[in-house]
Amino acid sequence: MQEFWGRYKRNRSAVFGLVVIILVVLMAGFADLLYAFDPFRLAGKPLSSPGTNGFLLGSDSLGRDVAAGIVHGAKTSLLIGLVATMVAVFIGVLFGAFSGYYGGRLDDLLMRVTEIFQTIPSFIFAILLVAIMKPSIASIVIAIAVVSWPSVARLVRGEFLALKNREFVQACHTLGMNDLRIMMREILPNCLSPIIVVGSLMVATAILIESGLAFLGLGDPNIMSWGFQIGAGRTMLRSAWWVCTFPGIAILITVLAINLVGEGLNDALNPRLRERN
Amino acid sequence: MKTKLLDIRDLFIQLPAGADRQYAVQKVDLELTQGETLCVVGESGSGKSLTARAVMGLLPAPHVQVSNGAINFNGEDVTKASYDRLRDIRGSEISMIFQEPMTALNPVMSIGAQIDEIFRYHVDMPSAERWQKAITLLEDVNLPDPAHIMNAYPHELSGGQRQRAMIAMALALKPKILIADEPTTALDVTTQAQILKLIRDMQKANDTGVLFITHDFGVVADIADRVAVMQHGLVVESGSVEKVLNNPTHPYTQALIDAVPSLSPRKARSRSKVQVLSATDVCKTFGGGRGLFGFGVASREVKAVKNVTLDLHKGETLGIVGESGSGKSTLARCIIRLMDTDSGDISIEGTQINKLSRAEMRLWRNKIQMVFQDPFASLNPRIKVGDIIAQGPVTQGTSKIEADKRARELISIVGLDERSFERYPHEFSGGQRQRIGIARSLALKPEILIADEPVSALDVSIQAQILDLLEEIRDQMNLSMIFITHDLRVAAQVCDRLAVMRYGEVVETGATADIFANPQHDYTRDLLAAVPGKDWKSSAKPKKVAPKKKAPASTTKPKKKLATKRS
Repeated sequence: MQEFWGRYKRNRSAVFGLVVIILVVLMAGFADLLYAFDPFRLAGKPLSSPGTNGFLLGSDSLGRDVAAGIVHGAKTSLLIGLVATMVAVFIGVLFGAFSGYYGGRLDDLLMRVTEIFQTIPSFIFAILLVAIMKPSIASIVIAIAVVSWPSVARLVRGEFLALKNREFVQACHTLGMNDLRIMMREILPNCLSPIIVVGSLMVATAILIESGLAFLGLGDPNIMSWGFQIGAGRTMLRSAWWVCTFPGIAILITVLAINLVGEGLNDALNPRLRERN
Repeated sequence: MKTKLLDIRDLFIQLPAGADRQYAVQKVDLELTQGETLCVVGESGSGKSLTARAVMGLLPAPHVQVSNGAINFNGEDVTKASYDRLRDIRGSEISMIFQEPMTALNPVMSIGAQIDEIFRYHVDMPSAERWQKAITLLEDVNLPDPAHIMNAYPHELSGGQRQRAMIAMALALKPKILIADEPTTALDVTTQAQILKLIRDMQKANDTGVLFITHDFGVVADIADRVAVMQHGLVVESGSVEKVLNNPTHPYTQALIDAVPSLSPRKARSRSKVQVLSATDVCKTFGGGRGLFGFGVASREVKAVKNVTLDLHKGETLGIVGESGSGKSTLARCIIRLMDTDSGDISIEGTQINKLSRAEMRLWRNKIQMVFQDPFASLNPRIKVGDIIAQGPVTQGTSKIEADKRARELISIVGLDERSFERYPHEFSGGQRQRIGIARSLALKPEILIADEPVSALDVSIQAQILDLLEEIRDQMNLSMIFITHDLRVAAQVCDRLAVMRYGEVVETGATADIFANPQHDYTRDLLAAVPGKDWKSSAKPKKVAPKKKAPASTTKPKKKLATKRS
């Protein structure tokens, strides 16, 4: 672990990204203390510019506090990003593991199914799914997971294909170990690093997709989110720039930070760089 | 009087901070004269390759660089030469061939285009003439149908052909020095013999000085005029080939030469009447499959094992020898049921096991176990050594406590420190890892052990230790062993009987001594004739098992006497 941190902190920008993410997480965690009211509440004069009427980042056309929206929206973004990624990674690992390990017909079948998902443009597919299921947190999570898992499946399949013929796996066969145990205990731990890296980057994509959906009015109408804020402010971009801009910056910084962390994890975990020496 | 081509004086090559030693190479003095072959011998990590690279100015600077000394090439110090001057020298005056011709050649360029590059960069010649010249070169290295090979891509050639093409390229401009870095290590023994002969012939024709890097004393005996032995970056001994090979003075050289197995087979042991394993008419074919819906052309079929019949008696070691692609590893994997056979019968103690279901086979796993070739790939890097060894018994239903106890016992049997139990595989050297692999295979108390090239990835001094360990374990535990190897020297020292395989077929079987003394099949004769250094050491008397003289580079740990006997 210490060795891992030593390698991670060599990448300065990754450390910066980690700090930013921790700040965003803290912001989301303490949202109810920072702004202990419903972010949808009319908090004052509509369209106040930043710094006036007691609004740190201004208010929107319905008098909602933009800063409160960002703080509460962080919760939504992080939650959806994490949960959707976990679901996607779970499905992807399952498909990839069986496909790569057993090969043959099963591999053909599973990969053709994966390709069907890959051929549909992911954002449009997500819109379609949410529109069919009616917008809610659950349907957004499902939609994001459904469009994201194929890349994990591809990755895991590749790793399993490469690892299943390694001698240590063959040794387990000769010891009479069953397939499930070999897959879970022997092979999977050896492909955790790339899965973690892809997963961390996927959180960023999930946040972007969620924002995009909310922007188009397909977000959960009862939950404040960054995309929703931008969507609400987009018609006034020229008269009240702050309504869109600050949530946009929040998305930018969070996604960037997550990507930096992903890069850092890649450098620190990449097994090919440290193997054999 | 031959001119002195290369004169390396007091060479130091510095390694980056944090490496296991400060200098890769220290105080190295080497000389090479025209028409002479200097072999630099040493085990992995001895600095022999870096020395060669320094001559070409190919060190991975700035991390690794020459920090002191001079490399005089025809009176010019190449360590001080400018980059442009080095480019002039490379390829035209000093050229190099590498171990793995597949990676040294560019896979997306035809052979002709790659040879052409050398002429284009170094001499001014019209393209038709260059082409003609390249064809002549390919003829010189005895490649069949040179015009065709000019247009071929590296993957279309065999390993030996690729190495010939590399040599043609290296010798294109008649360099004064040819540096050969383990050029035959990746090749089969018969191909190796041809390539060595080719290098010798080309050297004679052009009066080239050859700096030959190798770890194999057999090759040294065949090709060297003079030898320099390197250990941990130092040249510990150098001199004429007769002197170094036959009368080594430095203890390290002595230990290394001692560790080279002799080619004269050891004395045969009496054969038990009890048959423990038999294989009859075993066949295995790869490929021939079609896609998901069964359309399209079937993929190419390869008959990896064809009608192989073998038997293994109690307590004996059966060697399966052959070159790469002969099907020996496939056969082993069929026997241990890592692969399913297409037809034939494999029986252990009278029960046919190759048709058992996987669940039924599980009960037989403790009869037969395997030691794998690559100690770096055969241990799961994420699992502690103790757990790796205990895995087998746990899988077979032994309690964890019991299995751990067995694992600790085995760790000491294979001669490792007991603290190894809690460590991860990456903390061990190749030889130590192979010991862990052996311990794992013994954890189920098997009766039959299949060893698939267990020493081919190891240095020669470590190799001897692992072979001794296997021998000791076989005797103490009364194991029967199938030993797969491509190295006839190893086979001569380890095996009671041999089966020689080629293209998936067993061409000859018999007692080791009989096969060595009187090979029946042409292929066996070819194999024996191709063993490098066969005239050297074959007269020496067969070495006793377990030499008590330990090699200095060894990883030996105090060995406990085998505590467990099979019940």
